[in-house]
Amino acid sequence: MNWGSWLVWGFASTVVLTTIMSGSQGLGLTRMNIPYMLGAMFTPNRDRAKIYGVAVHLLNGWLFSLVYVAAFEVTHLFRWWFGAAVGLVHGAFVLVVAMPVLPGMHPRMASEIRGPTVVRQLEPPGFLGLNYGVRTPISALVAHVVFGIILAIFYSPA
Amino acid sequence: MPAARIEDYGIIGDGRSAALVSRDGSIDWLCWPRFDSSSVFAAALDPVHGGFWRVTPVGPFRARRHYIESSNVLVTTFETASGEVRVTDLMTVLPESEKERRLVPEHELLRVVEGVHGEVSIDVEFRPRPDYARKLLPLRSRRALGVRLEDGAHLYTLRSEGDLELHEDAVAASRFIIHAGERRCFSLTFDTDGPAVLPPLGDFARESVERSTMWWREWAGRCSYAGPHREAVVRSLLALKLLSYAPTGAIVAAPTTSFPEKIGADLNWDYRYCWLRDASMTVRVFLELGYPDEASAFGSWLLHSTRLTRPELCILYDVYGRLPKKEETLDHLAGFQGSRPVRIHNAAAAQVQVDTYGEVIDAVTQMCRHGASLDGETQRMLRQFGEYVCENWSHPDHGIWEPREEPKHHTHSRVLSWTALDRLIELHERGSLRRIPTAAFQEQRRLIRAELEERAWNSRLRSYTQVLGGDTVDASLLLLSWYGFAGAQHPRMRATFERIQDRLQAGPGLLLRYEESRNVGEGAFGICGFWAAEFLARGGGTLEEAEHCFEEILPYANDLGLFAEEIDPESGDPLGNFPQAFTHVGLIGAALAIESRRAEASAPPPRLEPRSGETAHLGVRS
Repeated sequence: MNWGSWLVWGFASTVVLTTIMSGSQGLGLTRMNIPYMLGAMFTPNRDRAKIYGVAVHLLNGWLFSLVYVAAFEVTHLFRWWFGAAVGLVHGAFVLVVAMPVLPGMHPRMASEIRGPTVVRQLEPPGFLGLNYGVRTPISALVAHVVFGIILAIFYSPA
Repeated sequence: MPAARIEDYGIIGDGRSAALVSRDGSIDWLCWPRFDSSSVFAAALDPVHGGFWRVTPVGPFRARRHYIESSNVLVTTFETASGEVRVTDLMTVLPESEKERRLVPEHELLRVVEGVHGEVSIDVEFRPRPDYARKLLPLRSRRALGVRLEDGAHLYTLRSEGDLELHEDAVAASRFIIHAGERRCFSLTFDTDGPAVLPPLGDFARESVERSTMWWREWAGRCSYAGPHREAVVRSLLALKLLSYAPTGAIVAAPTTSFPEKIGADLNWDYRYCWLRDASMTVRVFLELGYPDEASAFGSWLLHSTRLTRPELCILYDVYGRLPKKEETLDHLAGFQGSRPVRIHNAAAAQVQVDTYGEVIDAVTQMCRHGASLDGETQRMLRQFGEYVCENWSHPDHGIWEPREEPKHHTHSRVLSWTALDRLIELHERGSLRRIPTAAFQEQRRLIRAELEERAWNSRLRSYTQVLGGDTVDASLLLLSWYGFAGAQHPRMRATFERIQDRLQAGPGLLLRYEESRNVGEGAFGICGFWAAEFLARGGGTLEEAEHCFEEILPYANDLGLFAEEIDPESGDPLGNFPQAFTHVGLIGAALAIESRRAEASAPPPRLEPRSGETAHLGVRS
């Protein structure tokens, strides 16, 4: 395990992933705004939530990249296609498992069943995040695949 | 249901966008997220295809309406044979401190239906047609999360305290009976920046109405005007606030496009842009009524928006300071009462209007007179404007009325060039503006005045004229006193006023903008009538004459106190985009001048100084 390489490329790939996700939102491909969603766990203020969310997302990505690097080290596969495959699995997990359970974890997110309340007003993502637009799964998968490819190409094993 | 007329509309908004609500409870115009965004409801421009959201009693009814005092919360009361029901319409607004503490949708339009007495059967029909009705997109129900319409990344969510039935042609509808004391809320939200925020209905929605009402009241309560027509002034002020784009400080001319200047004709333009001239005039009334923050926001926007074209100014920009896209027509829309074509964007952006410089510089001067200081960047901008005026004042332009014809030497534009240099010199003398070529500016100012006195005055006509060497008049000549070029008491101005009355009067209190208006059957311009009242108040007539003139125009407002750009001299109906900032600016300006004249009436000599502070006689200065 090359900790220095992980620190650098884990951070770089997270920056790229965040940029792709935010770019997709800015270009109107999806309304999934990960920084806002994460930050809204801590504050209802939209502007401040985005700032907090960017910080939390960068930290999350950095930590998740550790899992990727562990997978590369265990399998001794430091190939771009393997990074892409890990990214694909990660992205699919986020869309299929994490998104639907998010209303249960997020203190300000409404539920599909019960609807909004005074505290819970944020639209839930739904299966595959489709509530945020039909192209949400595509942009999320592309971002995670690129994340995996960058790590696989640039991470240098010890 | 018959198509609504312009006077049938009321406006609601949130400082970023606006909607028009008809007297029969139909929202017929709404563009989200900004004033100049494409519409989701445009029934005003095509009742069949444009899209609307109607909440209206089943069967015959009589409607009366009002704004909750000092607010932009609209209440329409429907009286039917079986009972009475009240519909409250608003876009929710919150103070910034509240936004810190709660989730807030990007936009929310609330409609609250309340039974007053008896019982009334209500029809709700939600028929969104995004992108100026060029798109027909399906509505989908997400149960507790409401009925959704997705247009790319734009999400419209309609939620209701009651079931909505979805129809195949992208319509959500319901019919219910409301009894006295019952309430039912509807919320339409718009989100594009992230996951939608869906405020709950019920008590929360009712509290939102109260919070929004309070916000408007607090804002309007700061109005410093205390004259006899306070209600009309405050309503105008609230209308102007609705036309301000809060995130940038830009002020649009009107929230609509293609409301016709002549019913059935093609004089249909898109006014959802910020005209520097109109915005500058609006800033001045904000300042005079005690709203320096709004004026300051416009100053910042001006600095930002003109950065790319400086020292040349375009006459209009969008709310972010960008130029409008190429003008196009929407031929699939029938037009307001058949007035085609419907146009979006505005080709006038390419015109040259030299008066814009004077308007902008005068607005900045007004801000300085109210205590503002100018940073280095703003001073540099003003110097550049002054140098541009010196080089270009002698060129012909399209003038204040923007005729789509060859440029001419307009008197008004020339006077505004004089104003630009006059104000820059004033700013320098005040110490607000450093390092200007004072001698050069003074010399150019002198040359402009000399030319105007020689070529803009027609001794045969005994009047200033619309263009240099011309023999026609236009109403903008009334502003010569306003800018301090010629005092209202000066014989030349009095004679010009008489000539304008002779040639442009179109009815009690009504003035055409220029003589050509009669040939094309154009309406009277609301602001021109108010200019006349202000001219009289500034010394062109007696206080009584000014008040009489002012009070003759006021009844041309609709029942909510709103004015369009023009008034049909025959019927008194409003014409053109609605409501129009320019006209409301005129109303406030006239009211302020009259009030000022009244205050000075007891203190001899009973004469008003022009706003510029220059002595009100020709040739005294420069």
